[in-house]
Amino acid sequence: MGKTVVEKILARASGRTAVSAGDVVEPAVDLAMSHENGALVINQFLEIYKGTGLTPRIWDPSRLAIIFDHRVPAESPKTATNQKKIREFVAANGIAKFHDIRGDLGGICHQILPENGYVRPGAVVLGTDSHTTSHGALGAFAFGIGATEMASVWALGTALNVEVPATIKVVVNGTLPPMVGAKDIILHLVGLLTAEGANFRVLEFHGDTIRAMPTSGRLTLCNMSVEAGATSGIVPADAETLRYLREEAGVSDAVTPVAPDADATYLRTVEIDASKLEPQIACPHTVDNVKPIGQVAGTRVHQVVIGSCTNGRLDDLEVAAGIVRGKKVAQGVRMLVFPASGRIYTQALLRGLIGDFVQAGAVVMNPGCGPCLGVHEGALGDGETALSTTNRNFKGRMGNPSSDVYLCSPAVAAASALTGVITDPRAARAGGAQ
Amino acid sequence: MSQVVLALGDDVSTDVIYPGRYMATVLPTETPQFAFADLAAFNAKLKAKQVPQGSFIVAGKNFGCGSSREQAVSTLKGHELIIVAKGFARIFTQNAVNLGLNIVEAPEVEAAEGDELEIQGDEVINVTRGKRFPVVPLPPARQALIAAGGLIAYTRRRLLAHARA
Repeated sequence: MGKTVVEKILARASGRTAVSAGDVVEPAVDLAMSHENGALVINQFLEIYKGTGLTPRIWDPSRLAIIFDHRVPAESPKTATNQKKIREFVAANGIAKFHDIRGDLGGICHQILPENGYVRPGAVVLGTDSHTTSHGALGAFAFGIGATEMASVWALGTALNVEVPATIKVVVNGTLPPMVGAKDIILHLVGLLTAEGANFRVLEFHGDTIRAMPTSGRLTLCNMSVEAGATSGIVPADAETLRYLREEAGVSDAVTPVAPDADATYLRTVEIDASKLEPQIACPHTVDNVKPIGQVAGTRVHQVVIGSCTNGRLDDLEVAAGIVRGKKVAQGVRMLVFPASGRIYTQALLRGLIGDFVQAGAVVMNPGCGPCLGVHEGALGDGETALSTTNRNFKGRMGNPSSDVYLCSPAVAAASALTGVITDPRAARAGGAQ
Repeated sequence: MSQVVLALGDDVSTDVIYPGRYMATVLPTETPQFAFADLAAFNAKLKAKQVPQGSFIVAGKNFGCGSSREQAVSTLKGHELIIVAKGFARIFTQNAVNLGLNIVEAPEVEAAEGDELEIQGDEVINVTRGKRFPVVPLPPARQALIAAGGLIAYTRRRLLAHARA
């Protein structure tokens, strides 16, 4: 019987010949990532050893990655103290894959991991962040866990009692129309599947649209797979994956892609015709409340946000800068742009994109999670509406339960920043917006 | 038998259970004060200790969707609430098992605030309405963790066994 990508990865990582959906395995972990919640992981890690007489020892510090991104630079003494505690732990334990608050090497964990070549096809990647699903873009099996589970991984090097998930095959064919991209595909898919439609499942992406898509777009797809409840999203590694690893992530050693068998067993197959797709908007207050842009165009927005682990990559910034270049953000609109990493910030700077944003009236912020999760900056006022390229629009997500968040692509966000209302970037391109 | 103290709909996110702005607070001893912080009246009752331990929260599908933040579990565990829902999101489920929060999946459950519930074997009984709803048992892999007293105890046992070997 044929195997899915995740079944093959988990068989290898668990030292088994073959595993099938439903089996319980204990895979070896290739990469274990945390961000500021590493403070809680450290607490739980030490708790495990209490009363054992054993010395706390990380199984393999070279497989840990810690990246500060959620609240950078710190917004409060409490956060700063947590970061300090983590910094001391990192130094004491020789954790090399540590990305502190820096303009060059810092950024959002889900960009730092791929761009530094930390994620390889076929790897088992765990992170104390639900959007760890992102790393399936490189053909890894990557999923989010809680802090206590990570503490257990630090101690043992394996993930305990993992049930092999069943896989939903998603086939996307056709050429994407202008101003329609990966974000529109994944919003459309989450709308189709619903917020729990892939709960405990994996989404495995196929089709000629995916083959033609750069890794940046694949990261967007896998990133938001969790919004349909998926354990992980995964794009089987291919020529583009190898190109990205070699050219953008500086990986020079041998990489072995894992492909699914032609007769692999899937729970179901979902097909999407990309050529017919319109810009999609997720409306308040659930990510699966997705509508084609025509149904919400004209909605007043007060804050436009471009960035995050979903859409803060160079491709995203190029699309957005191309729309606002030489124009002005509408009066009464705050446009916030935050590149996903220091490297992307630098590339955007060298290409003149940062100047495009600033001259249009946008505020360019430092790399990090920014306003996405309402802990740090860019809060909304009572009754205000944000239009954002981020990944969640739950009530209170951006820090204020009396506000609304709509989710969209970078093209829609940029076009709307110029008008102050949700605007179809295809119409704006045709000269509809001033 | 205990009372339903809060009845909620589908897709209750971790942002609702434990708003992101309190995420710098991580310790299980400190998170309970922020449970459902944006539902001000309910949060006030919890903080005033007016909600007895063992009370029920009832919800629809996909409870705990969104973030992996473990605070969303430790904040409820701190009040020893029992969550009965039509379904739970994956990471929340695993965090609940790891920390010993009592979650009960009952896909057909019907209950309103003030109803009296009882868990009996593989059923949720709504005593007020005289109705019984089947419970979906946790998979054996998760039951093993619960039997060990949570993930910390389970991992500790594994380390000790390994050290002795």
